[in-house]
Amino acid sequence: MKILKKFKLPFVILFIYILLAIWMPSIAKSSSRVTLDYFKEMALIMPPVFLLMGLIEVWIPKDKIQKWLGKDSGIKGGLISIALGTLPTGPLYVAFPMTASLLHSGASVNNMVLFLGSWAALKIPQLMIEIKFLGLPFTLLRFSLTLAALIIMGLIMDLTLKKSPDKKWIDSLNKNS
Amino acid sequence: MITIIMIYGLLSIFLLISFIKSKENTKKAFKIGGKALLKSAPSLLGVLGIVGLTLGVLTPQTISKLVGAEAGYTATIIAGLLGAVTLIPSLIAFPLAGSLLRSGATIMTISAFITTLVMVGLVTVPLEVKELGKKFTILRNGLGFISALIIAFIMGVVL
Repeated sequence: MKILKKFKLPFVILFIYILLAIWMPSIAKSSSRVTLDYFKEMALIMPPVFLLMGLIEVWIPKDKIQKWLGKDSGIKGGLISIALGTLPTGPLYVAFPMTASLLHSGASVNNMVLFLGSWAALKIPQLMIEIKFLGLPFTLLRFSLTLAALIIMGLIMDLTLKKSPDKKWIDSLNKNS
Repeated sequence: MITIIMIYGLLSIFLLISFIKSKENTKKAFKIGGKALLKSAPSLLGVLGIVGLTLGVLTPQTISKLVGAEAGYTATIIAGLLGAVTLIPSLIAFPLAGSLLRSGATIMTISAFITTLVMVGLVTVPLEVKELGKKFTILRNGLGFISALIIAFIMGVVL
């Protein structure tokens, strides 16, 4: 029963796929092909990413992360977050567990919004493709506007989450550690 | 491919160093990583299924048809919504955006599509909530969507 509850979402989606296979087999077919493709990618990427996180948690002391990425890290912390995010490291879903463990180790919300945002929107290989297909002016303008938006978003989210912390999320963290 | 080489390369270097420095700590890292992976597995699988469903319905052809060559704010909003719900690799998304632009879509519409595509991820919400909490997820995606539309508007006016 516990497993059933934990895997509620995958089960619901499996059910939708079964319905689709009955009523709209062509969509079910193309959807399962996409899912299978992404599954292969995830199966290859996720285990090493989680192992890397484990290594980071074991070897890099919390006060170091706090110093580099914490709330008193200032502009330097922001620059480190952006630099880390723009590295060619893979799809965004990889970044969520990483961000969670960095937040847990004392990184600021501000910096983590910058990290996630540049991971998603300002990745170097992605920018190369963008320049090729949409031109340099488009890419440069989008880059600068996005960066400005991320800085503002980080400030807003930091303030909001400080004022009303996500108690449920914090509880779930404490339960697991 | 580069991604995979990069991650495995980094991992092997770190693992080697870690193993030389302390066997005990390396074992602990495996335990922490494995536990976290198991914890995330349900939402990862869920996200996979949702990605398949959205991309199975919203193929690049369907997106071209929906965004089309139409000008005006309606097309921009539609493009923004499509960008928010889909998760398309940039190797497919940017050529698609380029061809839409050439076939007559406005800069504003294309910017809305690209910016929401990278700033908002509705299909990955289950995973994001699991890892970072409901409030963080709602704020990040909500603010991301609003800023994406503002960015698109500015880009449409400037370019």
